[in-house]
Amino acid sequence: MPDTDLVIEMRKVCTRFGRNVVHDGLDLEVRRGEVFAIAGGSGSGKSVLLREMILLQRPNSGSIRVLGEDVATLDEEQSLALRKRCGVMFQHGGLFGALTVRENIGLPLREHSSLDSALIDSIADWKLSLTGLAPEAGLKQPDELSGGMLKRASLARAIALDPELLFLDEPTSGLDPASAAGVDELIRRMHELFGLTLVMVTHDLDLLWQVADRVAVLGEGRVLGTGSMEELSHLDHPIIRGYFDDPRARKARDRAKAQE
Amino acid sequence: MEPAAIRRIADREWELGGSWTVRGLGELVHSLDAEPGQGGAITLDGSGLEAIDTAGAWVLQRWLTRHGAQATRRGWPAQPERLMSLVAAHPQAPLLQAARYTPLARVGRRAAAAARQTLGLLSFIGETALAALRLLAHPDRIRWRTVLRNIQIGGFDALPIIGLTSFLLGIVVAYQGADQLQHYGANIFVVDLVGYAMLREFAPLITAIIIAGRSGSAYAAQIGTMIVTEEIDAMRTIGIDPIELLVLPKVIALLVALPLLTVYADMLGVFGGMVMARAQLDIGMHEFIDRFGRELHGTSLLVGVGKTLVFALIIAGIGCFQGFRTHGSADSVGRQTTLSVVQSIFLVIVADALFSVVFSRLGL
Repeated sequence: MPDTDLVIEMRKVCTRFGRNVVHDGLDLEVRRGEVFAIAGGSGSGKSVLLREMILLQRPNSGSIRVLGEDVATLDEEQSLALRKRCGVMFQHGGLFGALTVRENIGLPLREHSSLDSALIDSIADWKLSLTGLAPEAGLKQPDELSGGMLKRASLARAIALDPELLFLDEPTSGLDPASAAGVDELIRRMHELFGLTLVMVTHDLDLLWQVADRVAVLGEGRVLGTGSMEELSHLDHPIIRGYFDDPRARKARDRAKAQE
Repeated sequence: MEPAAIRRIADREWELGGSWTVRGLGELVHSLDAEPGQGGAITLDGSGLEAIDTAGAWVLQRWLTRHGAQATRRGWPAQPERLMSLVAAHPQAPLLQAARYTPLARVGRRAAAAARQTLGLLSFIGETALAALRLLAHPDRIRWRTVLRNIQIGGFDALPIIGLTSFLLGIVVAYQGADQLQHYGANIFVVDLVGYAMLREFAPLITAIIIAGRSGSAYAAQIGTMIVTEEIDAMRTIGIDPIELLVLPKVIALLVALPLLTVYADMLGVFGGMVMARAQLDIGMHEFIDRFGRELHGTSLLVGVGKTLVFALIIAGIGCFQGFRTHGSADSVGRQTTLSVVQSIFLVIVADALFSVVFSRLGL
């Protein structure tokens, strides 16, 4: 019987690309309702890990359970049902260039519900307003949006179906500090409002300190340490130390302390 | 999961039940139309609610708004309560619609866009011509390696497809002609037919069309992608003129490759006609070549090959121009690439028609 409090359960996951070993017996658990962050240097396999969680890629071996379902044994229909319970915000937005922002947000509803078009448009506009964008933005094409607006619009689409589980890939990358702080705030609000479980891949130190409940640091093909930033700061691994010992890391920590 | 339900339990009191979610709503979306209660103020009991998501909250709120009712909520769990109060507080403003234009305005906008594109093309031609003049003043700056590479990709690598196509075209022309000529016992004229048709028209045209589809599109896609990935901007800041590096070598390469390909297409096309003439009309190869040599003159070859210089300018120019018009996303690369092929084939045929008129006036 799978543990119902675990939303994601990864056991002994191994992933290889040719001779390049990305994950070597990786274990990871995400609990229901928490904000979970995956950190790690470039090439540590964070994005691959995320792609495996959202059924875009299969590991070479090991088991992955998402929302209690073993992803290796799902047939097409079950995968679709699982996908509807998850929302994903991609690093570069992933918004469809042929559609307006409002149509992009409404697309999951249009595909998977019997709601009428006017209602879907209203819901899309409301989701857009939740992410802090003006209704006018809904009529634009994605390529007319700035970086920060694109992230927000992409988040609005990710929450279109009120997912239980929301994945964010580098939610603040490429944003100026003010927009990044806005996205921090936004993520916290979404978490509060919908009571969902959040899994994000990031190396934004402010995000790690201020928003994440637990952080997993990836390196050497496995999870080097999991816990709150406070707990991780007591660990003594050179890669983990990198998140605490340099001046930028200390500043992020001070900012987080000042906020409390 | 229970489907969403709503039930009147007392006057102005409604009880919600089941899952008011995207999956659970089902037909309720369309059937929820009862009068909530006189006067508008009602109570919604949420203690039997299994779950509610945004869609459910919106369906509920739309029902209330439609009938001008205000609801107080009773017994709602914390999470749904928070969601519902946010949805209820959201102003029910009419949906913003994209600006619509009258037919006249659309015609005007199209005309303006076409005018802008034409001006853009003219300025691109001007810039390229200036860059070409600068290059002529400093011939040592011509990037021969790039030119040769472009000749290889755009010319040499296209030999098989062009050879096969024009060979087949020669067969088709001879076959169509053979039937007619046999009626009049004028079998030998198949040589004139195939010779003139291939040399003057078909070989240059089919070569230009294949190259427009093969190389013109590749030029547009290459330059378009470089714009999306900001490589063109990088080039400008480093102080390299993108026209000099990207456009001129392609133009020079096509100016060399297209005439050569056409001569090659001429040979294969005539050969195709020769094969067909022997099979259908009993005209031997020797006989065919003998008549070919007597009837056809260098003019026909030169007229055909000369045209391809103009075709080469059109294909390379339009391909690069449309590439440079890319803006924003990868989506736009595809659009410009398609446009480049359509426009260059269209312009090649227009130019060919103009040549026909001019040559017939000149008596060539």
